[in-house]
This record gives sequence, structure tokens and C-alpha cells, in this order.
Amino acid sequence: MTKHRLFWPAAVLAALLLANVAFTHDFFAIRIKDGHLYGSLIDILHFGAPLILVALGMTLVIATGGIDLSVGSTVAIAGALACLHISEAPDPGSVGTVLTAVALALAVALVLGLANGLLVSRVGVQPIIATLILMVAGRGVAQLITDGQIITVTSAPYQLIGGGYWLTAPFSILLSAAMVLLTALLTRSTALGLLLESVGGNPVASRLVGIRATRLIALVYVFSALCAAVAGLMISSNVSAADGNNAGLWIELDAILAVVIGGTSLNGGRFSLGGTVLGALVIQTLSTTIYTIGIPPETTLVFKAVVVITVCLIQSPQFRTRLARRRTAHHRTAAGTAAAPANLEVGA
Amino acid sequence: MNATVAAKLRAHVPLVVTAVLLVTMFGAGSVQYDGFFSGQVLLNLLIDNAFLLVVAVGMTFVVLTGGIDLSVGAVVALATMISAWLVEKHHWPALLVIPLVLAIGTAGGALMGWIIHTFEIQPFIVTLAGMFLARGLCYTISVESISITDSSYTAMAQTRIPLPGGMFLSPSAVIAVVVVVAAFVVLHHTRLGRNVYALGGSEQSALLMGLPVTRTKVTVYAVSGFCSALGGVLLTFYMLSGYGLHAVGLELDAIAAVVIGGTLLTGGSGYLLGTVLGVLVLGLIQTVISFQGTLSSWWTRIVIGGLLFVFIVLQRLITRSRRA
Repeated sequence: MTKHRLFWPAAVLAALLLANVAFTHDFFAIRIKDGHLYGSLIDILHFGAPLILVALGMTLVIATGGIDLSVGSTVAIAGALACLHISEAPDPGSVGTVLTAVALALAVALVLGLANGLLVSRVGVQPIIATLILMVAGRGVAQLITDGQIITVTSAPYQLIGGGYWLTAPFSILLSAAMVLLTALLTRSTALGLLLESVGGNPVASRLVGIRATRLIALVYVFSALCAAVAGLMISSNVSAADGNNAGLWIELDAILAVVIGGTSLNGGRFSLGGTVLGALVIQTLSTTIYTIGIPPETTLVFKAVVVITVCLIQSPQFRTRLARRRTAHHRTAAGTAAAPANLEVGA
Repeated sequence: MNATVAAKLRAHVPLVVTAVLLVTMFGAGSVQYDGFFSGQVLLNLLIDNAFLLVVAVGMTFVVLTGGIDLSVGAVVALATMISAWLVEKHHWPALLVIPLVLAIGTAGGALMGWIIHTFEIQPFIVTLAGMFLARGLCYTISVESISITDSSYTAMAQTRIPLPGGMFLSPSAVIAVVVVVAAFVVLHHTRLGRNVYALGGSEQSALLMGLPVTRTKVTVYAVSGFCSALGGVLLTFYMLSGYGLHAVGLELDAIAAVVIGGTLLTGGSGYLLGTVLGVLVLGLIQTVISFQGTLSSWWTRIVIGGLLFVFIVLQRLITRSRRA
């Protein structure tokens, strides 16, 4: 059972959740108040929804052997655009205004994603550098849109996206779940997932068998940007404000971390959407736990660093061989002098 | 013969473009703004960007081997934090604190280099973890900013080294220049420098040639760690405080400076003096924007992003035509 690739992320998540019971006794309790679901678990899902979305897009990018560092800036830009549009509209409360704002944010994200995708697939720039450009410039653009201010909006339909409830559950959870399911369907019941993995595994070979890698690669960056934009809408909607400077700050790192914890290799060639969702939940639970225990939240970064490096070491074949070698060496000395022929074998 | 000359010329294109850009920007600034055309404005570039220059020098070593170091900004912040904490809360003398901070930076860099090489994990993910760790450690020391009142630090901050013509330099700027000269000598006139270029050209070939690949790789990350810590010390002189939010995004500025200076991100080809030009270009953007006054500071980030875009595409076209 420990061999299953989702075992370790699931085990870590379970352990983290259980550890919380020691500090909050009714941690697993879920209540319904005024037709709304309440509880710590719901909170984790609610606050983790944007991260799940960003990590979802990141998973497909990483599956093709790429990386998208610009998602944090895209989050900020999307939130800023939507909030600016709503705050300047004559009727901020109308559904039409909100829909236009959402469409505007998504359209700009489409362009940003396409720019990333074309830089990587057409111009042939390394993904980390191509997306770095937008990461650097994007914060400036978001600041420019909000004019360096924090734009606050009061719009009931807009607040639904990140802070509202629908069918008793927080809307953000439903939205993320729907996007995850849709992506899973698209990639796993069609050949799309296989094609992505093939491009990530060996771009040259997949080109030779006739896969249009260029188009696929551009597509994953567009998808990643769209996911980030929806996450940006959620984040700004949840606090009813757009902050060009801090919205989505360092979310790219959390998303990469979620993907890595979920067992997707950074070398590309395979991916696991379920793992990514588990990974994102692990990170969110870790953050929540740190809050509830009363450790200064800023030190979360130290824990994350330890988690990143541990997960990467476990994934590294070199590390595994070293560990295995040490274990067998230990085993031999424990077995005593009877291991003489085995020693000869090592010499040969 | 002609082909190699052409290739060499082509390889210099980004550097020439950067130099032209620098001169053009300075010229345009001089025409546009009163008081822009002065030696002190140029020297101020050096004074205000001394820490970035030192950090970018370390980054150049790493990028030349084909790696990347995302931890530099966080290490700078950690250096300011440790310095401020030890000096202010524990009253350690500056002469003890500074070597300690430099040692921590170097050791941290070496450790990251060792992990990258031994376990074959991508540099960006290891240094990303290093970035998390260093920023997190800042906050475990203190969430607040610690200001420094120690006399040796304030002296370093206020000293002006007079130059002819009424101009002056700060001690930090002098240190940065010394670092640049030292790095230039190491990169272009020692065996280590040649190993760095060889490693960036092709790790496989370097290995087959019997070059000390492990040692070189660990060394470049150690150099980057040292430079970041030194950059942190210089920033402490500049800011007179330690804070976990110091130097956010500095890694991007450093990478941008290296790229704008004509160093190939794939490694193996580049110039240390190009990095110096790159830092000056970034500094000049800030200067122009501050002279303009009405332009918002976030334009800096947009312009840097735009420049990065132009230079990366330029690099890409050059390497592609070279291969063809």
C-alpha cells in the first residue's frame, strides 16, 4: 500500500489533520448554521481553493517539463482588473457588471498565458526565464492598474465568487472542485493527458510521432494563466479588495510545492491531479495548523522549506540509492562475518 | 576563420546593445532633466546599487555554470536580520558580526551547491527551498524591523570618501568595486574561472576532461552565498536596519542584470563586466524615474520586465543563428 503514489501525501495530510485535534478538540466537527456549512475542515477547503486552482494549472505546465513563475502576478492582475472595473461601473451590484469584470480578467489572463506559451514553445526560451519576465513586470502592471492603491469593492454578486455560499457550501470550494473534475475528465478520458506526458517525457520523440508539441505547450500556459486568474478573482472577492502588491504573493512557490508533494516529477513526463489537490490541502492545513497552534505565521516558510527539500530528496534517485546502500551496508555488518562472499561481490 | 569572427561579434551583440542603451539613457536623461549630467549622478548609481552589484556578481558565477540561485534576496535579508539582531540585542562588535554573517552565507551556499550536485535536484528548486528557509529564519528572529544604532555601522553609512571635483563615494561602493575586480580576476585569469566556463559549456565534457566538477559547482554556489551575505552587509550599511522584508525580489533584479549584461542563461558564455553594465542600466532606470518624479515607482518593474524580455529574445535569436 505504501507503494501507491498517493499514499505519502495522503498520510501526511491525515497526520496533520489528526495533530490538530490535540489543539482544537472539535476540529472535525462540521455544523450547519443559517443554511451554511461551518467548521475547520470547511475553512481549510475554503482558504485552500485558490491554491488548488493555481496548482491545477501548474501541474499541467510541469507535466510538459515546464514551470510557470508568473501565476502570482497573474493573480494580482486579474483581481486588480476585476475590482477596478466593478468600482468604476455605475451599478457595482449588478450581475452584468460582475460578469463583464470576470470576462475582462479572464481575457487578459488568456493574453498573458499566450505570451508565456509562445515564448516557451515558439521562441524556445527556458520556461523558468520566460515566465520570470511576467513575474517581474506583472506586479508593476497590477500596481499600475490599481494606481498603487488598494481598491475596495462592495458588490454582492462579486463577493459570491470567493466569499459567498451556494447550496450551503462555500462557492469557492464548488468552483475549484468543478474545475478539478473538468480537468481530470479532459486529461484522463481523452488522449490529452497522455499527449502532455509524452511532450514532457521526450519532446523530440513526441514530435517525431506527430504530436504538435508547440500548440500543446502554449495551451498549458494559457490554462495555467486562466486558473491563476480565477484564483485571483476568488482572493480579491473574498476580501472585497484588490491589492496589487500582496495578492498572490509567493503563491507560485506554494503551487510548485503542492505539485511536488503530490508526486508529480519536476522533470515532466507524468502528472497526478489527485496528488496536486492533496498537496495543496497539505500546505493549507500546515498553514492553518500553524495559525491555531499560535506559532507566528511568518515562520511557516521554515516549515515549507523543510518540506520542499525532504520531498525533493525522497524523489531523487541518487538519494534513494545512497540510502539503500547505507541500509544494506548496515545490514551486512549486523549479519556478521557470514557476509564474506557478499563482500567479494561488492569488490567485483 | 570568417565564421568564427562573425560568431564572436554576434556573441558581443547583447553587450554592445547594453552599452549603447546605457549611454542613450544617460544622454536622454541629461537632455531632459537639469542636473542629470554630472559625475555624481553616475557615482550615485554605484552608491545606491552597491549591494545589488555584489549580489549580481555572485549570480554571474552561478548562471555561467548553467545554474540559478533564487535564494539571494532572502539571504541578503537574513544577513541584515542577523547583523541587526546580534549588534542591537546582544551588543556584539561589528568586527565579529560581519565575518560571522559572511561565513553563514558562504556555508549556506555551499550546502545548496552540494545538494544540487550530489542528489541531482534542479538548482531552482533547491535554492527556492533555501529562499523559504532564509526568509522564514528572518521572521523567527523577529517579525519587526530592527533598526541599528551601533556606531561602527552608522560610521560606515555616513562616511563619504572625497574624490576630485567635489564628488564622493561611499565605503560600500568601494567594497563593491573591489568585489568586481576580484571576481573579474578569478573568472578570467584563474583555473577556477576556466572550470566555471567549461562546466557551463558542457557538464559532460567537463567531467570527461577530468575537471573537478563537484568542487566547481559547490564553489559557485558558495561564492553566490558569500556575495549575497556581503550584499546583505552592504544593505545594512545603507538601510541601518534588519528586516525580513528587505530585498524582496532582489533575485529577479540580479538575474535581470546578469541577462541584460549578455550572459547566456544556459551557461558557458558571458562577461562579468556585462553584469556591471546590467546593474548600471537597472540603476539608471530608477534614477530616471526618480528625476521624472511623476512616474510611479512600479514603472521600474515594468521597464525591467520589458528589458528582460527584449534581451532574452535577442539572446535566443543569437544562439539560434549560431547553431544554424
